[in-house]
Amino acid sequence: MNRLQQLFENKKKDILSIYYTAGYPNLNDTLTIAEALEQAGADFMEIGFPYSDPVADGEVIQGSSKQALDQGMTLEMLFAQLKDLRKTVNIPILLMGYVNVVLQYGVENFCKKCQEVGVDGCIIPDLPMYEYEELYSECFKKHGISNIFLVTPQTSEERIRKIDDLSNAFIYLLSSAATTGKNLDVSANARAYFSRMRNMNLKNPLMIGFGISDKQTFDSANEYAAGAIIGSAFVKNLDPQDVVGSVGRFMKEFR
Amino acid sequence: MTNYFVNDKGYYGDFGGAYIPEMLYPNVEELRQQYLKVIKEESFQQEFRALLKDYVGRPSPLYLAKRLSERYGANIFLKREDLNHTGAHKINNTIGQILLAEHLGKKRIIAETGAGQHGVATATVCALRGLECVVYMGEVDIKRQAPNVARMKMLGATVVPATSGSKTLKDATNEAMRDWINNPEDTYYIIGSVVGPHPYPDMVAYFQSVISEEAKKQLAEQTGKQSPDYVLACVGGGSNAIGMFYHFIDDEQVQLIAVEAGGKGVDSGFTAATTAKGKEGVLHGSRSILMQTADGQVVEPHSVSAGLDYPGIGPQHAHLFKTGRGKYVSITDDESLDAGLRLTQLEGIIPAIESAHALAYLEYMEFKGGENVVVCLSGRGDKDMETYMKHFNL
Repeated sequence: MNRLQQLFENKKKDILSIYYTAGYPNLNDTLTIAEALEQAGADFMEIGFPYSDPVADGEVIQGSSKQALDQGMTLEMLFAQLKDLRKTVNIPILLMGYVNVVLQYGVENFCKKCQEVGVDGCIIPDLPMYEYEELYSECFKKHGISNIFLVTPQTSEERIRKIDDLSNAFIYLLSSAATTGKNLDVSANARAYFSRMRNMNLKNPLMIGFGISDKQTFDSANEYAAGAIIGSAFVKNLDPQDVVGSVGRFMKEFR
Repeated sequence: MTNYFVNDKGYYGDFGGAYIPEMLYPNVEELRQQYLKVIKEESFQQEFRALLKDYVGRPSPLYLAKRLSERYGANIFLKREDLNHTGAHKINNTIGQILLAEHLGKKRIIAETGAGQHGVATATVCALRGLECVVYMGEVDIKRQAPNVARMKMLGATVVPATSGSKTLKDATNEAMRDWINNPEDTYYIIGSVVGPHPYPDMVAYFQSVISEEAKKQLAEQTGKQSPDYVLACVGGGSNAIGMFYHFIDDEQVQLIAVEAGGKGVDSGFTAATTAKGKEGVLHGSRSILMQTADGQVVEPHSVSAGLDYPGIGPQHAHLFKTGRGKYVSITDDESLDAGLRLTQLEGIIPAIESAHALAYLEYMEFKGGENVVVCLSGRGDKDMETYMKHFNL
């Protein structure tokens, strides 16, 4: 059982995960932010490795990715920055990014490195289920890496069941079909979809992401899921002059 | 025999697939399940063929260019896609896809465009069918293709500038995909080239295959021969090339030559010569060959021609390249402009700078005499007059 599976074993409600982009706002902030987030009470975090063409992302994460790349961020450098991660950070860590970067690094090499530095799972939004099953799943398993799948309001029940089978940590429930950084849709439709998901009695817990920006949206997500994920709102609040302080101030609202 | 076409998993050999985020899955899956069924229907075929004939003006002529032939010592035939309504091959595909979109009950059409030809072709069919049209276009391209921007607006389309990255075709494609993610129910994305997740490359190839379907017949009528010796076309994403190759791919006597944009030179750092500088990877939903850094970041391409200014090629092209079925070469900016001027002065045809890349490669070919060569003249040069004027001080 990796740290991520352990967390969901022990905690069933009110789980808070934070996404941020590696190498942003300053190139060497990656580990600093991880430490500050643990201090401030995050349950786990997702570290984005930047990509030049992030089609699933809205302006905020496009911007942080571009700045990180301009500052020289690479996946290789991220693994170097996380070399001593587990000396100071205990909470689960996921890496999140696009498939081409993983492909160029080499899937085997990527999984090995994740295991070495103590990464527990991955979210690769543009890695399709078929390719994951055929080409990646064995390697992920061998190195104890959980692959996280996304589900949207348009995902069919049959496909959700399949995703539940292939998942071993949690399922990432998108609040709506949208790029990142939009506001949470708490319309009747969204509530019906969250309820439908909850009532499917899936073996994996659900985390709601996309559009969670404050205490209010976090709380409404918590009515339906084990917790929620905040990305764009957190990234937007990072102050390059006072990274640790800005993490603390943001987290105060939640913890 | 090698299969050069798509298999049931959406792959061409090692290339293709549908690398898309879950948000796009239902849209792409709906298309995958429907496209073959719909386009095989008698009623679809009738309407598609009728529009190609009466609205686009097909068949486009296969013209034996006599003075060009004299220069090269071979029979140079031009497949005149430049004579199509809207001035390029792009309309073949938009006619097909708009009918499909209507069939799927979609109300809003989005598209990306580089040179603006696909944008114009999309805005045109949207006007024709009374559908809302939003075209994403790189900010840089908006400046260098002003006449096409005006045409799209006049046709009632909204032109949205893509301001991220290199502000060209790749970024316009990103923006169009983001739009589609955010509007999953009512919107249909008309991709303009043989790129994107399966089934787009196969579908666009099918709609463009009318080019080689006609050319094959016309060549036989004019020469008595079924197979040309060479077929040439320019490649950005590669839709006119696939259209031009399609019915010759399984005829291994025919040499297929795809001409990429070398920009300022393949090793200059300002190029769009994908097969020369690229590696295998994933871009815009399919596994193919693309220009990228060791870290997998997509490299910004360069070409004088907006329609070829793309860092990847369609997955079927990657397969034709890797299997050696097609020969992939490149031509620089300057060589293409010279070839454009040459065609203009020898044959009285001003070609699009994209198409001029294919023509330019004739300079490098050696003929024994009497070979039949078909070049896809994919578009006309009206949109490029400013570039020609600047380059040649006209």
